[in-house]
This record gives sequence, C-alpha cells and structure tokens, in this order.
Amino acid sequence: MQLTVNIGFQALAYASVLYLMAVGLSVTLGLMGFINLAHSVFAMTGGYLAAIACGNYGFPWYAALVAAPVFVGLIAAGIERALYARLYGRDELDQVLFCIGFIFITGALARMAFGPLQRPIALPNELATTISAASFTFSTYKIFVIAIGALTALVVLFSLERTRFGSMVRAAVENRGMAESVGLRTTLIFTCTFAIGGALAAIGGIIGADLFPINPSYAFDTLVYVQIVVAVAGLGTLRGSFISALMIGLIQTVSGYFFPEYGTILLFLAIFLFLFLRPQGLFGRPGVN
Amino acid sequence: MSAAAFNTFLDNKHRLSWWELTPFLVLAILPFVARDYLPLATQIIIYIIFTLSLDLLVGYAGIVTLGHAVFFGIGAYTAGIISVRGGWGEGLSGLLISATISGAAGVLFGSVVLRTARFTLLMLTLSAVFLANEIANKASWITGGVDGLSGIDIWPLFGIFAFDMFGITGFIYALAALLVVWIFMRWLVHSPFGQSIAAIRDNRSRAAAIGIAVLPRLVVVYGISCAIAGFAGALQTQVIQFVGLKAASFELSADVLIMLAIGGAGRIYGAFLGPVIYLAAQDYFAKDDPVLWQLWLGLIVMAVATFARGGLMALLRRTAASSAK
Amino acid sequence: MYQSRLTRRSITKALFATPMILSSRIALAADPVKVGLIFTTSGPFASSGDLMAKAAALFMKHKAPALLSGQKIEIIQRDDGGPNPEVAKRLVQELIVRDRVQFIGGIQWTPNAFAIGPLLTQSKTPCVLMNAGTSSIVRSSPFFARTSHTIWQSCYPLGQWAARNKIGKAYTLVTDFAGGHDAETGFTKGFTEAGGSVVAAVRMPIQNPNFAPLLQRVRDTKPDALFVFHPGGTQTAAFIKTYAEIGLANDGIRLIGPGDLTSDEELPSVGPIAKGIITAHHYSVAGDRPANKEFLALWHQEYGASLRPNYMSVGVWDGMRVIATTIAANKGNGDPDAAMETIKKYRDDNSPRGPISIDPQTRDIVQNEYIREVRIVNGEPYNVELETIPAVKDPWKSFNPA
Repeated sequence: MQLTVNIGFQALAYASVLYLMAVGLSVTLGLMGFINLAHSVFAMTGGYLAAIACGNYGFPWYAALVAAPVFVGLIAAGIERALYARLYGRDELDQVLFCIGFIFITGALARMAFGPLQRPIALPNELATTISAASFTFSTYKIFVIAIGALTALVVLFSLERTRFGSMVRAAVENRGMAESVGLRTTLIFTCTFAIGGALAAIGGIIGADLFPINPSYAFDTLVYVQIVVAVAGLGTLRGSFISALMIGLIQTVSGYFFPEYGTILLFLAIFLFLFLRPQGLFGRPGVN
Repeated sequence: MSAAAFNTFLDNKHRLSWWELTPFLVLAILPFVARDYLPLATQIIIYIIFTLSLDLLVGYAGIVTLGHAVFFGIGAYTAGIISVRGGWGEGLSGLLISATISGAAGVLFGSVVLRTARFTLLMLTLSAVFLANEIANKASWITGGVDGLSGIDIWPLFGIFAFDMFGITGFIYALAALLVVWIFMRWLVHSPFGQSIAAIRDNRSRAAAIGIAVLPRLVVVYGISCAIAGFAGALQTQVIQFVGLKAASFELSADVLIMLAIGGAGRIYGAFLGPVIYLAAQDYFAKDDPVLWQLWLGLIVMAVATFARGGLMALLRRTAASSAK
Repeated sequence: MYQSRLTRRSITKALFATPMILSSRIALAADPVKVGLIFTTSGPFASSGDLMAKAAALFMKHKAPALLSGQKIEIIQRDDGGPNPEVAKRLVQELIVRDRVQFIGGIQWTPNAFAIGPLLTQSKTPCVLMNAGTSSIVRSSPFFARTSHTIWQSCYPLGQWAARNKIGKAYTLVTDFAGGHDAETGFTKGFTEAGGSVVAAVRMPIQNPNFAPLLQRVRDTKPDALFVFHPGGTQTAAFIKTYAEIGLANDGIRLIGPGDLTSDEELPSVGPIAKGIITAHHYSVAGDRPANKEFLALWHQEYGASLRPNYMSVGVWDGMRVIATTIAANKGNGDPDAAMETIKKYRDDNSPRGPISIDPQTRDIVQNEYIREVRIVNGEPYNVELETIPAVKDPWKSFNPA
C-alpha cells in the first residue's frame, strides 16, 4: 500500500511535467499537421529565463513562473509567423530537418550565452520542504507540481469545451477548410494556439527543472519523451495528452523502482508495442496521420 | 512528345553520364596528394554508403525515418561481435554476414512499421533507435556497453594488406566497397523495380491503382536499404577496429539525415556531396569551436529545409538548366 | 579483457609503423614540441571538461615557462564530446598522424581511454591520463601513465572506514559502466573485509532523469548507509536533492561515496542539504596546504571568485607538470621510451593535493586519500578533510597482479 502510494505520487509529478511540456505539441500537431520536434525549445527558453531572472537578478520565483511563460508565448508567436508558417503543408523531411536545425541553433545559442553548466532554479523556501502524513513523506514541491498540472489540464479542457476560442480551435482541427469557409481566421487561431502551447511548455520547463535539468542540450534530451506523449495520445485529440502523460509517467516510475538496471528499455519497448498495435494512439482517429 | 523523342528521353535518363565518375576519380588520386587525410576520407566514404542507403528510403521511396542508425548499428555490432566474441577476422565475409543480418532485421522491422505512415512511422522509428541504443548499452557482456568493443582484429586482406593506423588499406577497402554499392544502387534505381518505388513515392494510391503491390515492394526496398546501412556499419567497425554506442544512436540518425538533406535526396549523388561537405566542414570548423559549428550547422539545415529544397544537387541542377538555356 | 593482444601481426604493424612516426616527431631544436590534449568541452558533460581545460591553460600561463626554460610547447586541444570512444579514437589518430604530437594528455572518460590504447602502443606515443579512473586502463598500453586517481583508491579505503564507523549494512548504487563497477567492487571488498555487509547492489544507467523511484527503493530497504558512485557533473546535484527530498537523511540513512559525489564545483548549487555527506577522495578545495592555497589564488585571479576548481582540474594541473618536466628533462627529443622512463620516476611533494608520485611498476598514481565531510564554512559547503590515509597505491592492482 505504502509502495503504491509512493509510486503513484512520483508518477503523477513526472506526468504533470510531461503533460505541460507536451500539451502544446499535441494541439499544434493536430491543428497544423506540423511535426514539431523542436517543441521542447520553448520549455528550455522558459527554464533559462526563470533561472537567469531568479538566480542572477533575484526575481521572485512565483513571479518568474507567471512572467516567463508570457514572454515565451510571445516569442513563440513571433517564431511561428516568421519561420514555422513557411513550412506548413510541406513534406515531413523538410519539417523534420527544420526542427533539427532549430534545435541545433537554440542549443548553440544557449551554450554561448549561458555556458555548458546546468542552471538550477532555486525554489522558494516554503516549497523546498516535505510534508509528513501518516507514514508518508511527500515533497511539498511535487505536490505543487501536481497541482499545477491538474489545474492546467482542467483549464485546457474547460477552454476547449466552453469557450468560444476553444470551439474555434476544435472546428479548425476537425476540418480546416470548412472552418475557413464559415469565416474563422485559421491563421490567427494557429498563431494563438502555438503561442499558448509554447507558454505551457515554458511552465513545464520551469517546474520540471529538477527532473529535466536546464542545460544547452535540453531540447535534444527531452525530445523523445515529449514526442511519445503525443504519439501515445493520438492525433486529432486535444484531451488525450494528460492520460498519455500519466501512462508514461507510471511506466517510467514503476520500471525505475523495480527494474532500475534496465533504464528506459521497458519504456521504449512498451511504447513501440503500443504504437504498433494501436498506431492512432489512445484517442486518435484512425487514418488521421 | 513523339514516340522516338520519348525513347531518347528514356535512354538519356538511364545512361551513365561522364560526370558520374568524378567522385571516384577524385578519391582514386587522394592517396597521392593528401595522405594525412586518408582516415577522414575513409570516414567520408563510409558515411556516403550509409547516406546512399538512406537516400533509397527517403529520396526514392519517400519514407522518412529517424531510426536508420539502428541498422547501421546492427551491422557495426555484428561485425565487431564476430571478431571479438567469435574470433573470426576475415573481412569480406564479415561484411556480408553483417549486411545480411541487418537486411533481414530491416525486412522484419519494415513489415511491422510500414503499415503506418508519417507521424506514427516517425515515432516508431524514433522509439526504435532509442530502444536499440539502450539494449546495446545494457547488453554490455556482448556489446561492450558504454565502453564499446575493442580488440577487433581484422586479418590482413588476401593475407597481405594489413589494417594500420595510417589507413591506406582501410581507404582502398572502403573505396572498393563504395564502388560495389554505387554500381548496385545505380542499377537498382534505374531498374523497373526502382522506377516503381519512385512511382509509389509520388502517388501511392495511383501506384496501387495500376497494380503495383505497394507494401511488399516497400518492405523489399526497406530491407535492401537496411542491408546497405548494415554494410556501412560493418565497414566502419572493420576499418577503425572499434564499435561503440554512437553506431546505434539518435544522434547518428539525425546526422545522416542532415547529410542527405544538404546533398539532396532522390538523386544518388546528393548522397556523395552531403557527407563530403558535412564532414569536411566539421573537420575544419568544429576543432576550434564546436559550439559555433553547431550554430552554423543548424542555420544551414534550417535554410536548406526552408528555402533550398533538394539540397545542393537541386541547386546544381537548377544552375545547369538555366545556363543551358 | 582489456589487454592489448600482442600477436605477431600487431608487432609487425608496430615495427613498420613506428619508425615513420618517430622520425617525423623528432623535433629540431627550434620546433615546438606538440602536445595533444583531449577534453570534453561540448555536450551534456561539458562542465567538467571546461574545468580541465581551464586548468591546462592556467598551468601553461603560470608554471610552464619556468619549467621548460626556453623549450617551446604547442598545445593542440580537441573535444571528444563525452564518452564517445570512436570520436576519441579518431581525434587521437589525427593528432598522431596529422599533427605529429609527442604526447597525448587529458582523457576524461574510461571508454575513450580504452579505445585509444592500441593507437598509443602502435605509434609509441606517451599518454598522461588526467581523469579517467578505471584501474585496468594503464595496463592496456605500456604508454599510459596516470596523474588523476583510480576509483579503487577512494572506494576501497572508504569501505574499510565505513565498517569501522558504525555502518553495518550498506546499499550500493552505482552507474552501470566500467567506472561504476570498479566503485562497487572496490567499496564492497573494503567494506566486507572489515566486517560490513552489503544488503543490495543496484546499477543505474548513466542517463537517468528519474532518481526518485531508485531512492524510494533504498528507503524501503532501510540500510545504515547508501554508497553511491556517479561520474560527476551536473546530475550529482539532482541526485543529492532527490536524496533529501525522499527523506533518506531523516531515516538515518547516511550518504557516502567517492568524492565524485560532492565535486567541489557543484557543491555551492547543491547547498546546505549536502551537509554531513562523507566522501573519500584525493583533493578538496578546502585542503589545507600551501601548494593548494597558491593554486586557488592563481585560479580565482584568472577565473573569478565564484568558480571553483575540482579534482579534475588538479588532475590536469599535475598531469601538465608531468608532461612539461618530461619534455624539459629530455630536451624535447621525441624519444618515447626515454619519456616513459622519466615519467615513471616522477615525484612531487608539493601538489595542491599533497605529495604524489608515479609508481614505476604500474605507471599509476600514488597519493594521499582523505576522508572528508561536507561542512558549512563561511556560509558555503566544503569537503573538509578529517582523516588522511597516506600514499595509497591502487588497491585493485595488488588484488589483481598482472
């Protein structure tokens, strides 16, 4: 029982970070059909902004958690208009190459600007504690992470279902041509969702800095994890990424506890089998590829 | 177009042009003019063979994969294991065995993943390369794990020519291998089979409509491509007498994709140009400032993807076409 | 397993290859002697390589001119990008064949060291290992000498110390590669010989973003101490933080390990939660001796007050001294056998880490080991040296004679 709770807790925390980092990507992919391998760059940018602001300039952590994603969202919007938009509809080779090139550039810039050392983000003191309940010890910080993850999932779900913008996004994903013909400005919708996705990734980068350390090769290191969250969730789904992040978090945590020597072998084996047996993912529609 | 004109077009399309032989002429004189650079040239040749195998998939069959390093790795490790654990150091047979095993693995893998397309295919190949890397890491009792396999001893070719650190034997060995692969590739892409693969790439449903068995042919070409990739891997192991985890890494998959893109996919000689440019530039620039090299590489790759589709080969073709007018 | 195979073929190769290389390396009086240094200055492990490269530059600036008295050296530095044996092999091959270096130095990683062994033997190029710590490396080529440390040197005495200091049951957790295996066997042997018992031995992969489940399992096993080996760099900070977070310290499970765990440059970012960690190692910036004060003064003057050097920097500092004194002693004549003879006789009683020497039998380093505890001094965490174990030779070699 103790074990289940502990494993579940760690898995939830891991999953929350993954979710934040990947949710924007699943929307982008479903919406624009663009395979953005470089999505983690926004998480990295958020992480670096927070690390520099808090570490070098004494910015309060909570403020950075709010401000950095806004910045990153704006930057993402700019990059989308200037660069990504040129490659919509192009074949996958061009898109994949574009992303790899983008990762190289941002990694090199990060290295030149911030050096090769990992940048820790100092947590506020009240979070760097533990809470003991019954015989369990939980990190306050991880509780906070899970809370943010759950909150974001709820907000995303709510926005998609209940707001006008959300229904516009859903319409554009469902059928872009139709959406345009009823007067939706899909290009604007794309830019906005891209920006929001980038901002969410930035939050994930900041709160997940313990799990995925902020360093110049961040985008490469986290690439595969973020992509498989989306692949397992499926394309054309905007809701599935939380469940898929949970699945992956659970597999990682369980295999880390019971089979630590095997590292990520079990995870990738599971993902491979899953995608083979169900290529459309958990909630994707068959044929949407 | 009249029937006669069309026949001429077909003849010209498949005929060997003189400039196709230039790479080999250049390589042939290299030992005489740049002996110190033979190890680098040999590495370039190995990557040319690897890039050719990827070109078959990406350029000719239209299958974008992030996991081709898996098969380079299978070939590389097979060649290494045969020598270190099996004690068999004969070069040519080692190459053939590794290529066969790699090709068989490719057929198996291809029949599984080629049913999917685009993003799922990409993710399957991505997971595959990470899985392969982890397995190679974990099975250190056979692969050497992070430390890699040392102690690979390839017997002197024909009993006379030993592999040494100056690399002359290695260079000629690799050059001969490239010649064989090039002849085979050229024959394959110009053959009816090769043409049908291109047809599948251009329009899969139309190809199916005229009776081409799409999936079986794709699996066959995937198997061939993986065999050549494995051949390249085995060649590298034999020449540098070492195999490590990089041979089955995502990093390698990304590198070879970049090389192909820079050179130009779908035109065999793009696979020649790409590695030459990439490795020569890396050799020159990355020594003093590897970070700046990474920046420039990223810029070039993004530029090629955004503006210069078809890489250098397409650029050359466009200039040739415009100057021919 | 890692011995180079001295077959008839390889000897023939060496015989024909070496004269060509040697003749081109014999420097004319005015030519600079070329030295190739391999550090990891890019990729996820670049932070350590950066500290090593800085130490080499510092040495060349302040100490080399006096030692060399006129003989010029040219340093050619290359980046291997991490534990990439094939890259290291190609770089060393080019350094030897193209650049015609007389010495190779640096080498942070064990796999890279093993990969270049055959090249060194074939071309007869002396190589000073300035960080890689697996014991058997120096046996893989007669041209290896080491100025860094061996993992057994710190882990074996630590095991003995632990058993004598109220640690009855230990859980060992190491990264799964040759270095980690050395740590595990070295500690276990020292510990069990002195009466302790190892309750579990787990190996974790080098790339491990998720320490939490591993440490949760340690907590559930309830040992007296957790022995950890991690090859240094940025992940050790994450590890210690997770150790604190899971609550192992509160359960009385002490954290011990070789000094890689509390590497000096990472300690400030780990912060006060590192207090109380016991390690065994050959160098700490808190080491109280004049040579260390001088070294630190030069370092901080050049690189700023907030950047700390670490044991890898000292490995390079001493390694460069070995190369410089050897070149000066042999007047740069390029004779590899004479160079190796000079290196085998190396002694320095004034290294920042204490007295060191090279063991002529094994070509490996002999040095003091210190048991240290992390304490807060002037508000910053430091590895404070508590006990000294003098002149430790690599224990592995005495248990495994050649």
